[in-house]
Amino acid sequence: MSKNWPLWEIFVRSKNGLEHRHFGSLHAADAEMALENARDVYTRRNEGVSIWVVESKYITASNPEHNGELFEPAQDKVYRHPTFYDIPDEIKHM
Amino acid sequence: MKNKDLYNYILGIADNTLILGQRLGELCGHGPSLETDIACTNISLDLLGQTRSYFQYAAKLKGEDATEDTIAFLRTERQYVNVLLVEQPNIDFAHTIGKQFLFDVYHYLLLEKLQHSKDVNLSAIAHKSIKEVSYHQRFSSDWVKRLGDGTDESKTRMQDAINDLWRYTDELFHTTASDEAMIAQGIGVDVKELKTSYYERVSAILDLAKLDIPESKWFQEGGKKGIHTEHMGYILSDMQYMQRTYPNMTW
Repeated sequence: MSKNWPLWEIFVRSKNGLEHRHFGSLHAADAEMALENARDVYTRRNEGVSIWVVESKYITASNPEHNGELFEPAQDKVYRHPTFYDIPDEIKHM
Repeated sequence: MKNKDLYNYILGIADNTLILGQRLGELCGHGPSLETDIACTNISLDLLGQTRSYFQYAAKLKGEDATEDTIAFLRTERQYVNVLLVEQPNIDFAHTIGKQFLFDVYHYLLLEKLQHSKDVNLSAIAHKSIKEVSYHQRFSSDWVKRLGDGTDESKTRMQDAINDLWRYTDELFHTTASDEAMIAQGIGVDVKELKTSYYERVSAILDLAKLDIPESKWFQEGGKKGIHTEHMGYILSDMQYMQRTYPNMTW
């Protein structure tokens, strides 16, 4: 049955104030069924307060073959992390 | 027992959720797809959770050594008072959904009224359960519409299931002497009054599903009096096996 159904990506907001995070994917015939299935598959242990579903075909992904040109140039640019500041002692949790 | 009628009344509700939960639980690991398998198992667990609340209360009324487990597992077939509808076999997904749908619509109407019971325990259980049942009703109604308004094969199977199960719907609205005693005290729900809205709701969904509403006026009954179809013994032997073979075993 589900072989013929399109794939959907499921995003769940764990609690109010947090962003939706990608939880996984599942098969469903349409958006409504995807929501119901997501509710049963991903929130049955009280994991969420809101669900988004997006049909997987609408997600444009970067090509792993281009990882070199996309991501490697950032590896030697440590100065892009703000780690060179002296933090006063009284500032906690930085 | 002092509250015999109340005890019987509770079993009349909880045996339905117990046996339907057990039936639906048979699909665990065997559902038509991973997603529907989990959905059906969730619904089964909802129903068994509700059953526990009812049986814990019933065990208190019964006193002696009664527990939720002795009530669930150690009665004989004639002592179970669930309606015939819920014990019917799953056969295929259309029958599984058809049975669930025909029960869910009734279950929701029942709980809606039971929330106003004069018995605080029953009203609290109903209040908690109705959210779950509201989802069950949506899930099964959606599937009736999908299958009925789907392919030729799914339509045929869904129509067959509704035709096969229709004969068990009238019993939902029968009452026993204990039911009548509880209705008189404002504790029980008068299910006879739910009948019109039940058939209206069911017919509305069947219309949307482009399915025919069965015209047969011949109905089967017996479950509420403890007289079951041949399927009941098999469910009980599955369900009671562990407690009968290893008395008092716990996990």
